[in-house]
Amino acid sequence: MKVTYFPGCTLRTKAKDLDMYARRCAEKLGVTLEEPKDWQCCGGVFTTARDEIATKLSSVRALKAAKDKEQMLVTVCSACHNVIKQTNHAMQTDADFAFRVNNYLGEDEAYHGETKVLHYLELLRDVVGFDKVKEAVVNSLAGKKIAAYYGCLLLRPSNVMKMDDSENPSIIEDLIRAIGADPVVYPYRNECCGGYIALENPESAKAKSSKVTKSAAGHGAELIVTACPLCKYNLEKNGSEIPVVYFTELLAEALGVKEEDNE
Amino acid sequence: MNKETENLRKEIVRISGVNPVKCMRCGKCSATCPAYDEMEYHPHQFVYMVESGDIEPLLNSKSLYQCLTCFACVDRCPRGVEPAKLVEAVRLAAVRKQGANHLKADDIPALLDEDLPQQAIVSAFRKYSK
Amino acid sequence: MQRIGVFVCWCGSNIAGTVDVQAVSEALKNEPGVVFSTNYQYMCSQAGQDIIKNAIKEHKLTGMVVCSCSPRMHEATFRKTAAAAGLNSYMVEIANIREQCSWVHKDMQIGTEKAIILGKAAIAKVNLNAPLVPGESPVTKRALVIGGGIAGIQTALDIAEAGFPVDIVETKPTIGGKMAQLDKTFPTLDCAACILTPKMVDVAQNENIRIFSYSEVTEVKGFVGNFDVKIKKKARYVKEDVCTGCGLCTEKCPQKKVPNEFNLGMDNRRAIYIPFAQAVPKVATIDPNACNMLKNGKCGVCAKVCAAGAIDYKQQDEIIEEKYGAIVAATGFNPISMDKFDEYAYNQSKDVITSLEFERLTNAAGPSAGKLIRPSDGKHPHTIVFVQCVGSRCAACAEKGKEYCSKICCMYTAKHAMLTRDKYPDTEVYVFYIDVRTPGKNFDEFYRRAVEEYGVHYIKGMVGKVAPEGDKLMVQASDLLANKQLHIAADLVVLAAAIEPDKSARPLATMLTASMDTNDFFTEAHPKLRPVESPTAGIFLSGACQGPKDIPETVSQASAAAAKVIGLLCKDKLTGNPCVAHSNELMCNGCSSCERVCPYGAITYIDKEFRMPDRTTRVRRVASVNPAVCQGCGACTVACPSGAMDLNGFASKQIMAEVDAICK
Repeated sequence: MKVTYFPGCTLRTKAKDLDMYARRCAEKLGVTLEEPKDWQCCGGVFTTARDEIATKLSSVRALKAAKDKEQMLVTVCSACHNVIKQTNHAMQTDADFAFRVNNYLGEDEAYHGETKVLHYLELLRDVVGFDKVKEAVVNSLAGKKIAAYYGCLLLRPSNVMKMDDSENPSIIEDLIRAIGADPVVYPYRNECCGGYIALENPESAKAKSSKVTKSAAGHGAELIVTACPLCKYNLEKNGSEIPVVYFTELLAEALGVKEEDNE
Repeated sequence: MNKETENLRKEIVRISGVNPVKCMRCGKCSATCPAYDEMEYHPHQFVYMVESGDIEPLLNSKSLYQCLTCFACVDRCPRGVEPAKLVEAVRLAAVRKQGANHLKADDIPALLDEDLPQQAIVSAFRKYSK
Repeated sequence: MQRIGVFVCWCGSNIAGTVDVQAVSEALKNEPGVVFSTNYQYMCSQAGQDIIKNAIKEHKLTGMVVCSCSPRMHEATFRKTAAAAGLNSYMVEIANIREQCSWVHKDMQIGTEKAIILGKAAIAKVNLNAPLVPGESPVTKRALVIGGGIAGIQTALDIAEAGFPVDIVETKPTIGGKMAQLDKTFPTLDCAACILTPKMVDVAQNENIRIFSYSEVTEVKGFVGNFDVKIKKKARYVKEDVCTGCGLCTEKCPQKKVPNEFNLGMDNRRAIYIPFAQAVPKVATIDPNACNMLKNGKCGVCAKVCAAGAIDYKQQDEIIEEKYGAIVAATGFNPISMDKFDEYAYNQSKDVITSLEFERLTNAAGPSAGKLIRPSDGKHPHTIVFVQCVGSRCAACAEKGKEYCSKICCMYTAKHAMLTRDKYPDTEVYVFYIDVRTPGKNFDEFYRRAVEEYGVHYIKGMVGKVAPEGDKLMVQASDLLANKQLHIAADLVVLAAAIEPDKSARPLATMLTASMDTNDFFTEAHPKLRPVESPTAGIFLSGACQGPKDIPETVSQASAAAAKVIGLLCKDKLTGNPCVAHSNELMCNGCSSCERVCPYGAITYIDKEFRMPDRTTRVRRVASVNPAVCQGCGACTVACPSGAMDLNGFASKQIMAEVDAICK
């Protein structure tokens, strides 16, 4: 099975691991990730301003590319996923916005949000199936206590993201179970790490991030998994007592593809 | 409300798509906000002050740059007001003015560390500058 | 040709202020069929009515038009006037030249012109009117009350006291409803059981009342005064008339791990159970989903220990058919699910509970014998946070909460807070509120007592997040008056969950052809003037099934519904509305369109023999309207593709004549 895969800027630079393991795991599970030609950065955050189209065009181009190939669009970075899914939602529901975007792009065929956007986690749950993932596990992580960190971008706004219950999610916990480990549920897994505030006001990011890591460790977790490079940065930078890794790395370990040679 | 304020208010409502009149003043947005303590004006105040046309103090407030766009207030608001979108619209009303960018490219090198992902810089630019 | 009289009313200056009444009566004089036309200051007064009566006799009128206020106001008055003078009531038409004319126009010329047109339309209609005689139907002198909570109990008792037999149908094994689960009741703080259980006993002992517990209504047919109802008495595997309620079986049953719904799952019951000590009927019930004997034939302990021999594992559901003259819906309410509000961590911590669970925790007959404890570890909570409006006044998303105010939460939260502080002075109690809504006799005083005498901390603001950390619940909230975000380490969090109508109400409304609002509350016939009646004749509303209500209001409404039922059952015969639909069988093609749109179930299809022109006979399927059920809404007449269906008094040709007269 082939899907269009939007890696995003950070996965080419600071978050190469997130990308590499995602690709290896996908191959192992029978999914080929195909990058659209000439993709551009999604912009990192979705601008909620209804009158802005320029900041959303790169997302629409990627969505359109997937549509042309009749594929779903899969992302693994929480931020890219959030921006692209919200943009797609705006293309479906805001006729005025879609009109102006299509006008600008000037393509033969207008785009109205036809592409299905999935996060890599949703791909695992809804397309591959956690049962299949479980079957493919070669190194069970049994006994490992792992805390999922969702942050804000994966779940909210919940009426657009529609990935999981935004207050009591289970998708990463279910994945953790599928690879044999024990999920640790703690209350701040869906609270913000501070995000881009780290740049200007590191103290603010520190307050938020340490609340998350302390809570996870306090609930007995040995490890935190996340899908977002900025979350990982904030949690690590602000003194997490326990390691923070990308969920794809953990999955690669369980599927036995972590140690493969690069390239 | 004078004409100028009225226009500004309309502009913010238009950009955000938020109707502040729907607010029932429960304060759940401010109860939810993780950046509350860094803000001088809090999410419920943004909604109320835009509604009543008291926008000038908001435009000049550092609160504009403390919102994390985490959407917790959007998700938990019982009336569907979506305060974060309103905060963003007020911020845009401020930074879209000529020369009013909050974050400038020249500031960046001093703020960087070697682990900081690109995503943070891109996001901050999106939020703080035009 | 009709002989029509026209009577134009001034209504003081209400009409005459913007309509030239003299010009109207003059103009209408020349309309076809009109033999007499006049105007008068107050047509509804005795003098005005005398003008009408005299004119009917003197001019031998066969029809009349009154140009006056809305027919809602005085149609009945003028119909009586006509009947008193020997003219059929249904030969009277009202032209509404007040609400629809003088009150909405400022210009005399425009008002007068419109009044004349409205008068002409009414005259055109009367020309085609025919005298109608309402039919009569008998009344079955027995009432059905659906729901055995305090609403159903009060309604049944009042009807029974008036001497009419009443049946209560209750889905649970006992009557008592939500009130039986409560501890104390506001604003007087008397114990709920102390005031409810005597009423339950009264019901059990009243010769006019039968209780069908563990039962549900499965079919309703018929119409006001003549309902045919099927009631399914579910098998409880215990002979109701033999069981003495001794409770031995419930002690010996080896299946001990069934969540006890009466205590909202906070403790367990056995597979055979009596919900609570004062249950009525005091009879055991076997839960077929939990009983090993019923599931796999392995057990039989209850039958062995039952000295009365009441256990019957072979018992089947039983269908009871009964006739009723009136039906009262009293299906009550439930708190909504907290699943969509997990920012308060209801599904993540046992120590986040709903207010109804709090009632059980403080009730002496509850799972903790009335001792306030944390469900997680049984410890005494010191800091307790109450959150109001959880899911009430929530317009963000229909799947999440309810747009309405649940009305009872402010008062019961004040009660909970006050009682907690009274019994456990070592506690700190916080109540987060958006508004405190306490209208009602002695209600606001009650709430103020919680603050002023008991030291409850009322904080204007909302809770945004409850985070279970260690053995504490970290409550993050706003204090809007202090302009602060608060972080309270609480031991117990109590959520005032919104209430919603019981899920059985929607299918019941369909059976009763009773209308509901978008929230599934039953709709009343008139929000102010007919608050305890459904628009469907013979269906009455009692308690929270009509809208959120506290106990005092529920009991008032329950008695009011009973009074309406008694008024109906007192009658030997009911006079129908003659303005009902009828089908022209020769034109009917049997398509069922009318049957499908009829909201009252008044239309059935019958096979009827018709003589054909060649003297053969042929059986055809044609529509038949039950005039006693038909409410004259006219939906069938527009749905009928062949024009066979028509409405007495509002025939299509009469309506077209009115339209023609207006457009001329």
